Amino acid sequence: MIEINHVNKWYGPSFQALKDCTTSVAKGEVVVVCGPSGSGKSTLIKCVNALEPIQGGDIILDGIKVNDPKTDLPKLRSRVGMVFQHFELFPHLRIIDNLCLAQEKVLGRKHDDAVVTAMKLLDRVGLKDHAKKFPAELSGGQQQRVAIARALAMNPIAMLFDEPTSALDPEMISEVLDVMVDLAREGMTMMVVTHEMGFANKVADRVIFMDRGEIVEDAKKADFFGTPRSDRAQKFLSKILQH
Amino acid sequence: MTMLGNLDFDVIRRSLPYLFFEGMRFTLTLTALAAFGGLVFGTLIALMRLSSYKVLGRIAGFYVDFIRSLPLVLVIFWFYFLVPYIGQWLTGASRPISVGAFASSLITFVAFEAAYFSEIMRAGIQSISRGQPAAASALGLTYAQSMRYVVLPQAFRNMLPVLLTQTIVLFQDTSLVYVLSIPDFLGAASKVAQRDGRLVEMYLFAALVYFVISCVASFGVRRLQARIAIVR
Repeated sequence: MIEINHVNKWYGPSFQALKDCTTSVAKGEVVVVCGPSGSGKSTLIKCVNALEPIQGGDIILDGIKVNDPKTDLPKLRSRVGMVFQHFELFPHLRIIDNLCLAQEKVLGRKHDDAVVTAMKLLDRVGLKDHAKKFPAELSGGQQQRVAIARALAMNPIAMLFDEPTSALDPEMISEVLDVMVDLAREGMTMMVVTHEMGFANKVADRVIFMDRGEIVEDAKKADFFGTPRSDRAQKFLSKILQH
Repeated sequence: MTMLGNLDFDVIRRSLPYLFFEGMRFTLTLTALAAFGGLVFGTLIALMRLSSYKVLGRIAGFYVDFIRSLPLVLVIFWFYFLVPYIGQWLTGASRPISVGAFASSLITFVAFEAAYFSEIMRAGIQSISRGQPAAASALGLTYAQSMRYVVLPQAFRNMLPVLLTQTIVLFQDTSLVYVLSIPDFLGAASKVAQRDGRLVEMYLFAALVYFVISCVASFGVRRLQARIAIVR
């Protein structure tokens, strides 16, 4: 589903954000990407739907080359859902309109059909009663669940999560993770940048550990949590698991 | 007391219909149309300046700097006399094409306000976090759709008080069309003043009217600003 082959990326002439990264996410697979801050994990996931350009290598999404200048990027992006660290709901639109906008403008759905889909998904994330509110009236956890519903409204073939719980107060993290766990169990293809090792342990098939722009470790969950092969991954794990 | 004793404020009462139904109507029409046109073109210029195509940005930047370094009254005057000849040259007509004082002053004000509004809209667009267009793109919206539905509505709303304040300035600036002898509010007052020899009364009254309208509008903008601040 997602293939990342020898990807290189620079910010400016001197800083290399991604160094020869190669990995893949198969259909129905849940892959967690972790690593210390500044390791390039967010950059990597943003390259998958070309929110960030790459300077070397290839990214292939459902058979379509993302970094080909001829690729219709808006169309490709509409098929992959993305959830951001800071939710990025559109503050000037009501919740229901946040969910309908792209359905109507990108997929060309009729407003009434878009509303039906939107309400179904809001119900699923437990926020049906908030449809008429504005994003600012919701808590962080609620906003992030709306953001997930907004992405799902496009019937994506895969979902990308960029640190979806990092900006949340601790008591709101689980309500978001619950939605993600359900999604994973239903067989959604997911690439998740997160520090939530509990989530990784519960539903991930594979865990990727990145450091300084490199993929240091790419292992089955059991192997990763059993005995990480690299020192750097061991150190990282011991730091975040000791609490 | 003798000076005030000579004043005839009844001249104001007698010329009220002319002042407001002709003069003020012209002033308000020109203000509204110029503000609208300025906003539309200003937004386009702002988008050009922020575009990743450097050439577009430079053209827009040059335009804004150029307009801002000219005195408005000069451009109004100059434009009025020049446009007929440009029109003649463009269409190959045998005589200069008459544009009319209203069209000519409207075009001038739109061109001027576009430069000022573009700077306001540019600031407004830059005030939107980069995550917003990113989220719009991630949903599959094109650049134009992301601007139209996500970025510009927010930029416009955030900048509304500043845009309205600029429009109040524009309302006052429209009085400069007097150089074309157009009967805008000030022009109408001035005509009556000269016809009846009542300069003091009419100019005092004109100043009072501009002052009151601008003050009330400013007050309204401040209330609006407070309301927007709460919503955000």
